[in-house]
Amino acid sequence: MVRREVVGARYGVRDWLAQRVTAVVMAVYTLLVLAVFVSVPVVDYWHWKSLWELAVMRYATVLFLLSLYLHAWIGVRNIFMDYIQDPGLRLTLYTIVIAALMSYAVWSVQILWGV
Amino acid sequence: MVKPRPKYLNLFQIRLPVPGWVSILHRASGAVLFLLLPLILYLFQLSLDSAPGFDAMKGALGHPLMKLVLIGLLWAYLHHLCAGIRHLALDLDYGTELPAARASARAVLVVSLALTLVAGVWLW
Repeated sequence: MVRREVVGARYGVRDWLAQRVTAVVMAVYTLLVLAVFVSVPVVDYWHWKSLWELAVMRYATVLFLLSLYLHAWIGVRNIFMDYIQDPGLRLTLYTIVIAALMSYAVWSVQILWGV
Repeated sequence: MVKPRPKYLNLFQIRLPVPGWVSILHRASGAVLFLLLPLILYLFQLSLDSAPGFDAMKGALGHPLMKLVLIGLLWAYLHHLCAGIRHLALDLDYGTELPAARASARAVLVVSLALTLVAGVWLW
């Protein structure tokens, strides 16, 4: 029987690529949103609200945020891999981070479509 | 045979080269951004919730302490972005020679600090 560790570096290239693809998505979004904020004046709540009612803003932002959460998961996981040696503690921390990021994802959709 | 290599495990004795600084700050800024995610989401939600919520968010961000946090957050984002772009270039085999890598690392530090300064002045 092969003994397998529950935690460890086994996901290699897939995560490496995901980290870079999500990074590019976020970099492009950053430039776009910067351009929007520079060109559209946000003076009060109604300007702000109507900006976020645009479908393009909602979909672009949800894409950005989902990229962010995947990116954060891989990054935080890498930090734990380097510094947390105890498998039990590492698994606990992984669980907390995954639960937090999934809640953020649901929360983000709620914020964007609850306007 | 055991080689008598010097070991510098004391953090205060380690002298990191510039790319080393960019690398560890990339990691540290990423961790900070992750930890502050709930605060950012909360402020975003507050701003879209209602007109009083929007004003409450503006009021919260108007506090000098909050402005400092925001500027720190901005630096973390900008440093992480710039270091990330450098990382992508290195992945594509651009600037992998030592002098170029050192120069680009210095550029990441300078550009992200300069952009933070500009945004910080505008914010204040």
